[in-house]
Amino acid sequence: MLRVEGLSKAFGTTRAVDQVSFEAKPGRVLALIGENGSGKSTLMRLLAGETQPDSCQTGINPQDVHLVHQELLLCPHLTVAENLYLGSSTGIKFSPRRLEARAQAILIDLGFPEVDVRQQTSDLPISQRQVIEIARALTKNRPIILLDEPTSSLTEADKSKFYGLVRKLTAADKTVIFISHFLEEVRAVSDDCVILRDGQVVASGPLEDFSDQEIVRHMVGREVTDLFPRSDREPGEVVLKVENLTGEADKPKNVSFELRAGEVLGLAGLNGAGKTELLRTVFGLRRTVSGSNGGRGQWRDSVGFISEDRKLDGITLPLSIAENTTMPTRRGLINSPKKVSQTGSNWIDKVGISAQSPDQPVGSLSGGNQQKVAFARLLHSECKLFILDEPTRGVDVGSKAEIYRLIDEAAKNGAAVLLASSYLPELLGVCDRIGVMNRGRLVGIFDAKSTTSEELVAECVR
Amino acid sequence: MKKKPNQIIGVLIAWLLIYAFFAINKPQTFLSISNVELLLRQSTMIGIGAVGMTYVIVAGGIDLSAGSVIALSSVVGGLVFNRTQSPWAAVFACALTGVLCGTLNGVLTSKLKAGPFIVTLGSMLAIRGIAKGLADEKTVSTGGEGWLFEFISKTKSWFVFPIGTWMWIFFLGLMAWAMIYTNFGRNVVAVGSNESAAKLCGIAVDRVKTGAYAVAGFFFGLAGLMSLSRTSLGDPTSANGDELRIIAAVVIGGASLSGGEGSVIGAAIGALIMATISMGGTQMGVANWKQEIFTGIIILAAVAIDRWRISRRQTN
Repeated sequence: MLRVEGLSKAFGTTRAVDQVSFEAKPGRVLALIGENGSGKSTLMRLLAGETQPDSCQTGINPQDVHLVHQELLLCPHLTVAENLYLGSSTGIKFSPRRLEARAQAILIDLGFPEVDVRQQTSDLPISQRQVIEIARALTKNRPIILLDEPTSSLTEADKSKFYGLVRKLTAADKTVIFISHFLEEVRAVSDDCVILRDGQVVASGPLEDFSDQEIVRHMVGREVTDLFPRSDREPGEVVLKVENLTGEADKPKNVSFELRAGEVLGLAGLNGAGKTELLRTVFGLRRTVSGSNGGRGQWRDSVGFISEDRKLDGITLPLSIAENTTMPTRRGLINSPKKVSQTGSNWIDKVGISAQSPDQPVGSLSGGNQQKVAFARLLHSECKLFILDEPTRGVDVGSKAEIYRLIDEAAKNGAAVLLASSYLPELLGVCDRIGVMNRGRLVGIFDAKSTTSEELVAECVR
Repeated sequence: MKKKPNQIIGVLIAWLLIYAFFAINKPQTFLSISNVELLLRQSTMIGIGAVGMTYVIVAGGIDLSAGSVIALSSVVGGLVFNRTQSPWAAVFACALTGVLCGTLNGVLTSKLKAGPFIVTLGSMLAIRGIAKGLADEKTVSTGGEGWLFEFISKTKSWFVFPIGTWMWIFFLGLMAWAMIYTNFGRNVVAVGSNESAAKLCGIAVDRVKTGAYAVAGFFFGLAGLMSLSRTSLGDPTSANGDELRIIAAVVIGGASLSGGEGSVIGAAIGALIMATISMGGTQMGVANWKQEIFTGIIILAAVAIDRWRISRRQTN
């Protein structure tokens, strides 16, 4: 029996996991349900001992826990058999043949006889790699198994095999904790559920006690606050016309929509639904396979982009505020550091960045101020189309409100805004229309005034 | 945008300390103006190469073919001089050879996406081979007559230093300025700092990188010219291992091999530090192997200081 009481973990001022208590019984599957950012993955890492809790020990020996990560952790150059037994082989002698025989037996037992254990892992399709990741949980022989969105890369056919696999685990009296965003999957394999919201447990119990509507209501259950200023905006001419756009790996898949000047179009969807991929394909950072984005280019064509991952490509941390702001507008041969600094300090004032000097490296600012620098870049480039991917991720509440104000102002001044977010209250507060993405497709566009969180979540998890 | 003067000052102080050490031990020779002249003259070839290498390293790359390009340029320069008897043609040929090799390196690293280390390792071997082939596996001897052979001559100087050293000082200033005051220079820094972010901002990353390699090639070509000028030979086996000395100068000068950071002036001081050690060591009668150990320690210290600065910045 796995029992957790009063488990907490904070990152900075964010309480990722807040006083969480629950029980999981051997031979049963417990589903952890919650929106993106509700603390599910952090909770999993705490249980597996990968992160140390602030208060309350979990009382679990990490040696008893096997965590199957959301992202695959396999050594691509090793064979399937070697990956299955990675870290479990002891002693000096390495016998590939015995290892392979045992690995094959396990995979046959799990219902995947087609996987060749002598194959190099990188040669396998993604879905089979996921199977190996899960099968590894069996070779470790640990009583508690945590599955963090294990089905995200499985095909429909492999999913039903996966359900069988989970049943085999419970039949062997293992305790299984399972994260999935898809309610149908949760229903297919789970016995109990714990619903998390903002790091806290808001409901728990046997799954059959909850209807889908109740689960969604518990997941969302927030009031939209008045963080969101909204001026009267008149939609103008069509700025962006996306037609049957299909990108790499079918993300996005056959997406069409129109966006007008002065309009904010939101994109909702779960992680992996293809929001980021759609935005990057529209902006031209990902290849278009078919369809068109109406011929819109990048910065020179008045299109600006804010990345969801600030550190990766959103902003250049070692360079100054001024340089980051002016980077897309560099023209000609000569660079005038004085003029660049001047521009930087103008935007510091206009956008309200708290900084001592425009020559300060962006890395020395807080997340919220870094994001304002990224926003200043769009304003300085005089963009007509703003493509914003999770613009408030990792941003404190105060800066969030200012970013909402900037978005509203930009739209009021005639910019078209395409905004992807996994935070529904934000979409409902800021947008005029909200599109929902599900498995690469744009499955519907709703009027933000008349739709509800429940309706959107239902579309996301359908 | 702001330069990090403290970093250059740090390298400068290190050099002055090393210089002072030898000056105390060999005051009669080490403090003379002719010794300073000798030091700069001996650093000129590596120093000119380091000006170009700084651009490549700041852009997040590396160029292992530098030594081979120097050798090839000296061969091409020698052959062109022998055919035309025109020093101008030889100068032009050296520079052009360098630029072409650099552009090739840049295009290959951008297109192959195989990492600059492995790409320039390949071109290092290939270009060395071309140099040997062109020279028919011999050295190209020239008459050694005329101003072409006075760039780093001991006797023909112009305001203390020979003309080649003045060229080094001129380009040092020009390229240090260009890193800050041209958009190309800022793009080089941006690409080396965070390539994905630069791409997102619409900077033509491949073109900037190719430009950096071409600039570096130009300076390796000039270094080849110096080699031709000094020895009056186009020698396909010359400058062997010079790429590592050049990279060492750049790293001692405060550049980070992960890109985004580095200074042309720092690299020049780096070249001076290495020349000072070998000169002072020789004058004090220190064995060559001890000099090498000491130079190695200096490089490791420079890298350790770089790491320490980064980790301190991250904890702040």
